[in-house]
Order: sequence, then C-alpha cells, then structure tokens
Amino acid sequence: MSETALDAAFFVRWMTAAAAAVDREAERLTELDSAIGDADHGTNMQRGFAAVVKAVTEGEAPETPGAVLTAAGRQLISSVGGAAGPLYGTLLRRTGKALGDAAQVSAEELRAGLSAGVDAVGQLGGSAPGDKTMLDALVPGVAALETSFEAAATAAQEGAVATVPLQARKGRASYLGERSIGHEDPGAASSALLLAALAEVAK
Amino acid sequence: MSAADAAGESLVGVVLVSHSGPVADSVAALARGLAGAAAGAPVASAGGTPDGGLGTSSELIAEAARSVDRGAGVALLVDLGSAVLTVKALIAEGDELPEGSRLVDAPFVEGAVAAVVTASTGADLDAVAAAAGEAYGYRKE
Repeated sequence: MSETALDAAFFVRWMTAAAAAVDREAERLTELDSAIGDADHGTNMQRGFAAVVKAVTEGEAPETPGAVLTAAGRQLISSVGGAAGPLYGTLLRRTGKALGDAAQVSAEELRAGLSAGVDAVGQLGGSAPGDKTMLDALVPGVAALETSFEAAATAAQEGAVATVPLQARKGRASYLGERSIGHEDPGAASSALLLAALAEVAK
Repeated sequence: MSAADAAGESLVGVVLVSHSGPVADSVAALARGLAGAAAGAPVASAGGTPDGGLGTSSELIAEAARSVDRGAGVALLVDLGSAVLTVKALIAEGDELPEGSRLVDAPFVEGAVAAVVTASTGADLDAVAAAAGEAYGYRKE
C-alpha cells in the first residue's frame, strides 16, 4: 500500500465521486431494490449523497479527514430516509471518529478506520457476511485495502456480484425467503460504488 | 395533568417512531386514549419522512424527543426497518437526541400503551422500558 498522505481535500473528492457514481447508477440501484426491496435505494442514496456533497463543500466545510467523514455520515443518517441512511451514516461516522482530528491520514490509517466502520455496521444491523447485505461487499473490499485501493474496488465489486445466489437474512428482502435468491443485493451494489469511487480519486 | 406531574416530578417522555406517519400518529392517539385520564406523560410521534412519505427521518425523531424531554429520560419505541436502525444509530453515534434517551425493545402498539400508562404514574425510565418490554409476553393464543 502506498505511503500517500490523504488530506481533507482527498476525502471531499471521494465523497463527490461517490455522489457522482450514485447519480450514474441510481436507476440500476433502484431496479435491484425493486426486485427484493421497496424500490427506493437509488433515489434514497442520490438524495443522501447530494446532501453530503453540500455539507462538505459549502459554508464552513470540515477541515480534517475525520471531520469530512463525520459530517458526511451525519448527513446520510438525516437525509437518506431508508435503512441505508443509518447504515452508511454509521459506516462513515465511525470511520471519521477513528481518524480523529489529524490533518492527514495514511492509507493504512484509513483502512483501519474503515474496518472499525464496517464492524459498526455489522453491529448496528446485527448482520454478518453471507447475509446478503452491504457487508458482503464492504468486508472483502476493506480487507483488500491492504493491497491497494484498486484491489479494494475489485474485491467489493466481486463481493456484490457474489450476493446473487445468496438468500437474504436481513431487512425487508429476508421476508422473501428463497425468492430473494437470484438478485444482487442493492446495498452490496452501492457499497461497491463507494469503494470504486475511492479507487478513482486515489489514482 | 397527572398526580406525579402536579407533584413536580418530571415524567419520562415517550416517542413513537414508525415507518409511516399515520401509523405513528394513530398509535400515539391509541396509547393516550387507553391510558385515559391518567395519561399525563408527554407522548410524541415521529413517523415517515418530512414530506409525508414512508421512511424514517432523524430530524423528526430528534424534534419529537426534544419535545417530550422533561429531564427524566425519553423512551423511544420503534416499528421496523429504518425506524429501528435510525434510532439505534442516533443513540450509538450521535448527539442529536436529548440525554437519557433510550431505545426500548418492545412490540410497537402494545409497548406504546404500556409505556404511556407506566410513564404517567411517574415511574422512571427503567420501569417504563421494562413495562413496555413485558408486552412481548402477552400471548394471543
């Protein structure tokens, strides 16, 4: 993993790239969610990340990596409107807290912070990898950060695709039982977008 | 005004968080109605999104919690999905809710009635949470 120091501007670029990716893929996310959920994941994530970009770029924009992610998490909890809000909000907020108030963080510190964030998501949702949730993309993705940002994006994408044959054990999709098999989990798909955006800005 | 309130004791507040505005409002009305004249405990509902859609709003939840906070704690009852996760996330990570706010593990409708009745007697947050949780034990067959 590179020794690059990541500053607040890097994290603002990450959130901006994530918002753009969610915009681009909103239709696909909603389509995935209409198969096994309530068909609002794309629009919910669009609304949430639009609020994130506003919060980290306008007015008194946060000045440290930790503050950027904490502010982003707060926005997601308050503006997404669905379960993705508290889940992604907790991911970014806990990661931001782990980064503390350092002006710059290393890639390794970011990996450790995200790892704490992913643990918090599992705790909040009471879920584990294999339940057909965000964690199926986030856990392998964050683990692959040890290698590179690119490897993390690839692992997350593979993890998302690997949710297709799984039966959902959490959330609304779990009410469908075996009928949830054969569809990619929308939360895993959006988690892959988040790590793809990270790889994109790290290039 | 309940006897406890009149005696100057502060009452536990109850917040009802649902995926749907009408559900939260109706359960609040039901709990107040069934608690009858003794229903002195402050109750607020936080259902749906601010634009009236289905979902959960952390702003509505925080606003409701502040509105019923009398300093004795706030019991939050939730129905499902993002209502549960949002309150859990606010309690675990945030500073939006008043001090002494607690997510109460209870069935939404029955727990709301038990919580409002118990809170109206001047019981503390532990007792309100326990009464609401006990509603899980009322079997229906």
